[in-house]
Amino acid sequence: MDNKSIIAKLHPLERQVLPILPHTTELAAIAKKGKLKEIEVMRALQWLENKNLLTLETTKKKVVFLDREGQRYQKEGLPEKIFLDVLSDEFKGLNIITKKSKLSRQEVDACIGLLKRKDAIEITKEEQQLQVRITDKGMKLRQERTAEDRFLEQQFPLDIERIEDVKEKLAFEELKKRKGILRIEDIKSVHATLTILGREISMYNLEGEVINRVTTGMLQTGSWKEKTFREYDVEAAVPQKYPGKKHFENEAIEYIKSIWLEMGFKEMTGKYVQSAFWDLDALFTPQDHPAREMQDTFYVEGKAKLPEIWTKVKETHENGANTGSIGWKYSFSKEETEQLLLRTHTTVLSAQRLSQLKKEDLPAKFFAVGKVFRNEALDWKHLFEFYQVEGIVIDPNANLKHLKGYLTQFYKKMGYPKVRMRPAYFPYTEPSLEVDVFHPIRKQWVELGGAGIFRPEVVTPLLGFDCPVLAWGQGMGRIISEYWKITDIRDINNNDLKQIREMKRWLR
Amino acid sequence: MPTITLSKKVVEKLVGKQLPLEELKDRIAMLGTDLEEIEGDNIHVQIFPNRPDLLSEQGFSRALSSFIGVKTGLRKYTVKQSNHKVIVDPSVTGIRPFTACAIVKGLHFDSETLRQLIQLQEKLHVTYGRKRKKAAIGIYPLEKITFPVTYKADLPHKIIFQPLDAEKEMTAAEILEEHTTGKEYGSLLQALPRYPFFIDARGEILSMPPIINSEKTGRVTAETTGVFIECSGFDFDVLSRCLNMIVTALADMNGEIYTVKLEYPEGTKVTPNLTSQKIKLDLSYLNKRLGLHLSEQEAGNLLERMGYGFERGEVSIPSYRADILHQVDLAEDIAIAYGYENFQEEIPNVATIGEEDAFEKFCKKIREILVGLQLLEIKNFHLTTKEDFTTKMNLSEELIPLKNALGDHNYLRNAILPSLLKTLAENQHHEYPHNIFEIGRIFTPSAEEDTGVRERETLGIVLCHEKTDFTEIKQVVTALLHSLGLEFKINEITHPSFIIGRVGAIIIDGEQIGMIGEFHPQVLMNWEVMVPAVGLELDLEKVFGLIK
Repeated sequence: MDNKSIIAKLHPLERQVLPILPHTTELAAIAKKGKLKEIEVMRALQWLENKNLLTLETTKKKVVFLDREGQRYQKEGLPEKIFLDVLSDEFKGLNIITKKSKLSRQEVDACIGLLKRKDAIEITKEEQQLQVRITDKGMKLRQERTAEDRFLEQQFPLDIERIEDVKEKLAFEELKKRKGILRIEDIKSVHATLTILGREISMYNLEGEVINRVTTGMLQTGSWKEKTFREYDVEAAVPQKYPGKKHFENEAIEYIKSIWLEMGFKEMTGKYVQSAFWDLDALFTPQDHPAREMQDTFYVEGKAKLPEIWTKVKETHENGANTGSIGWKYSFSKEETEQLLLRTHTTVLSAQRLSQLKKEDLPAKFFAVGKVFRNEALDWKHLFEFYQVEGIVIDPNANLKHLKGYLTQFYKKMGYPKVRMRPAYFPYTEPSLEVDVFHPIRKQWVELGGAGIFRPEVVTPLLGFDCPVLAWGQGMGRIISEYWKITDIRDINNNDLKQIREMKRWLR
Repeated sequence: MPTITLSKKVVEKLVGKQLPLEELKDRIAMLGTDLEEIEGDNIHVQIFPNRPDLLSEQGFSRALSSFIGVKTGLRKYTVKQSNHKVIVDPSVTGIRPFTACAIVKGLHFDSETLRQLIQLQEKLHVTYGRKRKKAAIGIYPLEKITFPVTYKADLPHKIIFQPLDAEKEMTAAEILEEHTTGKEYGSLLQALPRYPFFIDARGEILSMPPIINSEKTGRVTAETTGVFIECSGFDFDVLSRCLNMIVTALADMNGEIYTVKLEYPEGTKVTPNLTSQKIKLDLSYLNKRLGLHLSEQEAGNLLERMGYGFERGEVSIPSYRADILHQVDLAEDIAIAYGYENFQEEIPNVATIGEEDAFEKFCKKIREILVGLQLLEIKNFHLTTKEDFTTKMNLSEELIPLKNALGDHNYLRNAILPSLLKTLAENQHHEYPHNIFEIGRIFTPSAEEDTGVRERETLGIVLCHEKTDFTEIKQVVTALLHSLGLEFKINEITHPSFIIGRVGAIIIDGEQIGMIGEFHPQVLMNWEVMVPAVGLELDLEKVFGLIK
């Protein structure tokens, strides 16, 4: 590229900066000289570097800033001076002094310590209260401009290297120790050195009008015809732009829902606060079952109103009622079943749905994707609320092979080609099974959730008659963490906006 | 679920066959227990709560041996009669009313078999015994006991004996207060007027169930060759079955089982009773449920692989099985024996029409509109801390508390905007603008609901950047509601979380469906958010009702 076409591509900022560069090399200095903002200069320098017109060198230096208190003291003076000012050579109570000085309690405490060390004050105690008066030394100190005073009077920010004088250094160390006065930060300093090409270009006259933007005005008047359009560096990087976005977890949920919808399932939804009746008893979980113990379930204050069928459920627990079962053989407690809790599984929705169905509604299929709650402390692999994917098929002809069929179809669409069933135990299904999918990349079986056929003790009281009901409740956390390579499960809900913005989309 | 550790050597000997490691692992998993790992001689395996009979080397091996076809069918156990008696005194009625007892002789304990016995007792206590509440087990060296034994209850200060691991005699009350086991299980007795205990013919106290045995008469050692076993609790059948699990395990250690006569006030019972209950096999029901076409013979063979007896359509249930309530329980065992891996998946030809929940669909639409407005969706928890929703928002409303939360998130949120402010507070190091929304539930008390809690799906939007203002958030709500074909107005209101004169109620057809405003600087300060923010909250269920 010849010099002319290089010049044609120069941005107005570059044009302003280039002529300064042969004499001034430091970023802040360039900005000052060109009356530009530092960020503008930085951008121009980076573009110029891309064009091989200069090289940038970044060095770190320590710079002293005035912190919040420091800024105040710069205006009003250091608190020990203010404190000395309100003292006299007679003892006065600390309360009065503090009030007069308008200093804070902490500042006063600091002043007393500091001035005591310098013998500038004298203290006694009278009637439970400290009494303070100024000494001769203190009188002198009051007049004196100390090294600390002088230090604060400087222009900030201050390059730490410029503190050379021994007294100044001492003052700096002293002030640094005190809270909220000085703040030391690492500042990057940027130097630009022109290349030979850059030096050459900088000699050209870079002024003259070039058009950056086409404006409505130009178009209306036709003035653009006389102007030169600046040529852009079309290869240059541009600032990031973030689209509006659904939460990634919801993207996955929508996909999962779409699979069940395609397979002819209707969606179920319901409340998070449920009775123990619906969450546990309607599912034939005996009232002394270990899973009901406090540590697994969040209980809520209050008492639920029970639906009429509660007595049928009670009877089934106690002696099997008309289900053909002998029941759990214990005495069912109404109080226990009335307890309120946060639903521990979406199976509660399946139980409620069963109680609403009639014979003529069958066969029927339902699904839910919903939050469930477990009383666990939050850590990298435990959440106290998370999603479960629930499904039921109520079909007089349903059997265990169908259950495997539905789940295999679902997981195929989720990207897992093979499904395996293993024996498991849930109080409300028989047979009960654990569902594993074959992980195509890790080449191993991964456990994803439970399934089974509802026991007649569950179905008969709710539906009014026995019918095979295939049921499953699968976790979603594994699938989500897997897809987005999340290793700490808390990251699903930590709402880190950068993470949400940059997360790839659900692409299945 | 309890995990037990079994000795692989012992298991192999009892099973009667050694399997290659991988096959052993696979068979254990497919038998219906959750194998954790096998390391060296130790098999760590989780036993499901429905199979407490698998909690010992003996019970586990018995099941595995049948399952892999070495020794199938119902195991026969000989029970000899003894003349020993246990008198159940009426004083235990209403305290801990039942006991089931047995004697096993001819045992040769060593440290390994003692470990096995203790593990079985402990694990049964935790699971089937529901931490000793439902069933507690006591095992005693037979030679230290003089029959008849009496099971009775008395006032706590009248029961005095030296409990296991104690130096001296203690009263029952002292045991509950000072002894480790007493402190652990004391709550099971504390509220009772009298405490139960076993005492022998010489007046030696054997134990105070469900707490502890006596040091003098209740310690089984390597020298012990015969044991007296009692289970105590509230349901005779439960205790009887619990006893069966123990005596069959001891019989598999080559012990000889003897009966004990229990003289209840209402009559005499004899335990252990190892007679099998019989149940008629409903083959067509089982075949239908499993999708199989088994003949009676095949079903019978499969049942025998699970340790059942089967003869002429009748199934004999082992006396130690506690989980057979219904035909379906046989179905599961048949499925396990058939092999879960052998069920081929099948999609039946059943036509049903899929249907998305209308409200969920509506929420999806809302999301799409908001994404079009370049907002970012976030998702917070429904459980929260009280401070976030009250003091930080300049509010003092009551939240619904959880009774027993383990963490510090122990309230149900009653609004959505605080959740969004929390997100703002946590994201200040990220590039602005922070224009975010959340759709989630909020919870308020309501007498109209069965649960006393009303749950409403709510939309919250917050815009946060240097130049944001009321106009901008009003533009958002206008764009959103107009997209839904709704006209609305905003009535000025006051709200402690917002700047006066910059907050309004969003009204449609005279009903408030939400609110909108600019957050009060004090609220932003409370959250330590150093950038201005505006927000709005919409009751999506009300909005949904309006467009329906």
